[in-house]
Amino acid sequence: MGPHIKQAAVQERKTAETVVVRFAGDSGDGIQVIGSQLGLASAMSDNDLGTFPEYPSEVRAPVGTTYGVSAFQVHFGGRPIKTIGDEADMLVALNPAALKTNLDMLKKGGLVLIDAGSFTQRNFDKAGYAASPLEDGTLDDYQLMAPDISKLTMESVAEIGLNKKASLRCKNFWALGLVYWMYGRDRQPTIDWLDNKFAKLPDVAAANVAALNAGHAYGETVEAAGYDVARIDMEPGPYSFVTGYEALAWGLAAAAELSDRKLVFASYPITPASPVLHTLARLSDIGVTTFQAEDEIAAICAAIGVSFAGGLGVTSSSGPGISLKQEAMGLAVSAELPLIIVNTQRAGPSTGMPTKTEQSDLNQALYGRHGESPVPVLAAGSPAECFEMAIEAARIALTYMTPVILLSDGFVANASSPWALPDLDALPRISVQNHKDADDFNPYRRDPETLARSWAVPGTPGCEHRIGGIEKDFASGHISYEPENHQKMTDVRADKVAGIAKTIPPIAVDQGDANGDLLLVGWGSTYGPISRAVGNMRARGCRVSHLHVRHIKPFAPNQNELLDGFKQVLVPEMNSGQLVNLLRVEGCAHAEGLSKMTGRPFQVSEIEDAILARVETSNE
Amino acid sequence: MNEHASANKLTANDFATDQEVRWCPGCGDYAVLKAVRTVLADIGARRENTVFVSGIGCSSRFPYYIDTYGFHTIHGRAPAVATGMLLANPDLDVWIITGDGDGLSIGGNHLLHILRRNLNCQILLFNNETYGLTKGQFSPTSHLATRTPSSPGGSIDNPVDPSRFALGCGARFVARGVDTQIKQLVEVLKAAHRHQGAAFVEIFQNCIVFNEDVFEGFTAKANVAQRQLQAEHGKPLTFGADGTHALAFDPQSLGLKTVDVSDGAQPLIHDATNHNLASALARMENPDFPMATGVLYDNPGPVYRSSTADQDAAGAPRKLKDVMRAGLSWHVGETPE
Ligand code: SF4
Repeated sequence: MGPHIKQAAVQERKTAETVVVRFAGDSGDGIQVIGSQLGLASAMSDNDLGTFPEYPSEVRAPVGTTYGVSAFQVHFGGRPIKTIGDEADMLVALNPAALKTNLDMLKKGGLVLIDAGSFTQRNFDKAGYAASPLEDGTLDDYQLMAPDISKLTMESVAEIGLNKKASLRCKNFWALGLVYWMYGRDRQPTIDWLDNKFAKLPDVAAANVAALNAGHAYGETVEAAGYDVARIDMEPGPYSFVTGYEALAWGLAAAAELSDRKLVFASYPITPASPVLHTLARLSDIGVTTFQAEDEIAAICAAIGVSFAGGLGVTSSSGPGISLKQEAMGLAVSAELPLIIVNTQRAGPSTGMPTKTEQSDLNQALYGRHGESPVPVLAAGSPAECFEMAIEAARIALTYMTPVILLSDGFVANASSPWALPDLDALPRISVQNHKDADDFNPYRRDPETLARSWAVPGTPGCEHRIGGIEKDFASGHISYEPENHQKMTDVRADKVAGIAKTIPPIAVDQGDANGDLLLVGWGSTYGPISRAVGNMRARGCRVSHLHVRHIKPFAPNQNELLDGFKQVLVPEMNSGQLVNLLRVEGCAHAEGLSKMTGRPFQVSEIEDAILARVETSNE
Repeated sequence: MNEHASANKLTANDFATDQEVRWCPGCGDYAVLKAVRTVLADIGARRENTVFVSGIGCSSRFPYYIDTYGFHTIHGRAPAVATGMLLANPDLDVWIITGDGDGLSIGGNHLLHILRRNLNCQILLFNNETYGLTKGQFSPTSHLATRTPSSPGGSIDNPVDPSRFALGCGARFVARGVDTQIKQLVEVLKAAHRHQGAAFVEIFQNCIVFNEDVFEGFTAKANVAQRQLQAEHGKPLTFGADGTHALAFDPQSLGLKTVDVSDGAQPLIHDATNHNLASALARMENPDFPMATGVLYDNPGPVYRSSTADQDAAGAPRKLKDVMRAGLSWHVGETPE
């Protein structure tokens, strides 16, 4: 085939503004690795991007089965990328089961790359295909590339002398090489990554590099369609390609630095929240303490103990685990101790769909406690927001002596995108001091501005005190069952949380005018699809704006006023209308919901359709 | 909240607070409170460095009556809260106050885990075999057939023995005391405090309202000598008036048997570092055996250390900045420096 290569290289490349590639294969095929490599290579090719992994729900499913399929979607291109893409332009399916479970994600007319070597009768049976999908019309609406990737990979690495199994394992990089050729990605960052990753196994590194190069050469040889992908000017500075859970973990560590407190993160394993624990567990050398508790209740109680002793206590879980923590949240409300509770939401109720995303724990965050126990609620919808809101949660918790709930979700946690790393030295400090003056000390004396009580910690002579979950006397902090006092304490706890609004910066629309026909209000991980849909519809002349809410309790002080400036308010949420109900209760009677609960994020087109149903485009 | 004496050496009374003690008159808790205040004075406890943490129940009111730091938390969770305190500040002297319902029913899980992790603290479990605060239901330590409002026909649940539970959880210090035996209780609590790691002390505490005299069989003055064995490390395990009886190894049952010393039998010597012996002592029950009190087991092991404890050893410290720039990161534009 050698002689043809030069000839093929002259074939003209098409152009593309953005591209969505979806990789799918067996969980042992290394799909996640090549997905994140395409992400990194795209970032280094001046593209913005978004990625999302989908893991099989079984830990080790039998090879070739549909429930053992792992997938990874990458959306990259030359404009700000806000979603992982509604549909894929190209699907790489390394076995029949991967094709079967992912074909619906490919757009009509899109390209399917399969490994012909794995399309055997045996694998059709395992995937539940009665006949070969290559011949029964399944792929009629698509373009098909069907090289025998297994065989070509074996040939390309033959010289290195690995055994058959190890050689075949390189086929993911062969497929990646072909994708790189098609979309003009530089192979060098991936080659460097492989050399580094397999520094102790140089043969393995060399074999994967050989497979990558062979796949790349194949693209040239067979004149596969090539695209020049548009580029984007990124602001100069350091970037990292991060997931939401990493950024959230780093935000907590940053908050500890900014407040000069010891971070103790107490958690119990649960999907999809555990990666935050894993990330922080590797940071013990920078002073982060993690504690894997015996259960969810112990985790929050330990975090409360940390705060009592003057540290920054944080606990984290997902919906079912948060339910178990609710009694202890009441203690933190009553004892008025700082505490951060992170909820990486998943589809519920009960075990629900642990690996699928949903925003259905907002009501739980707002109301899921006994008694009158107001707790501030924040939400994050991107890695940058995870970082910022983790710090904001700490600021509120420490300044106001209150537990704070920070909502993330399975999508935010696992999606990754390039993030311009913030300058840690430039971030404002959280300067909350512990009370040290023994004269006339009273743990429930309040700061007149914030209504936060005095926080003296063990080790401070003369400030010894006893507190607990029993109602306290407003003046002395001693136990009190007086009727009027309970009213007063209930009021002051509510006023304290409401008063946080004074320190929340005014909220502004993310896109569009500050008043008009239609406002879309979102929170958390719906940011991407809402933002893209509003951008697209504005380009078509719609008078539509986008408001993204990060402070849910309390709202930013000017939020109601802003909502009043719009004739229609539409709230897309991955729940049955939890924020929209809150908006209505808080005075925005005309707010209307748009619900989705499939375990998958909104598609841009779904939101565009909802906008179209409500306002007219000027140029249609 | 209180006026503090300025003298360096604190007395038992210096550990009293201005709060009125609210237990029923005659409750065994009063005697334990007195013993604990005495111990704090004797060991030279620093008020500011000491924390009493409790759950919910009659005994869990304890922290309000000790002038140190104190936290009255929620039902069963004191060990978890205490764990957090020690993670944040391992230098604190933490005392956990719990009861048979708080520590072995709703909070049994946490008790198990704090013991096996071996955090450095004292755990005082007030065992009165009843739920006092909720008015007398049977508890996990109530003996079979205990008649209560929730078990009018007599309880049908097999009871758990707190000390045996603790030994099974991997506790490295297990002792028993009695509310009315102050001298022994003070010594036991001091030994618990000396012990590095989690020290578990079961205190037989008389609830005069709902379960009066339930331990009388071995705690009443007339019965102590015959029905109770007060174990002391290195001393013969004898009981009975003038130590006429003793424990000896029984090869047949691989356990203990009682022997008459006057017959010339050799008493076993108590070795508090012997787990088998401690377990055998904890298993003894009236009427076949005396109830064992005192320090049954004291054998220090590795104390729980948080993951950050070794951070200084790890050479040049990384900063968060370095962490964020490692991994999949790059620089757009000119690289500084
Ligand atoms: S109910 Fe029993 S244990 Fe509770 S205070 Fe009264 S006597 Fe003591």
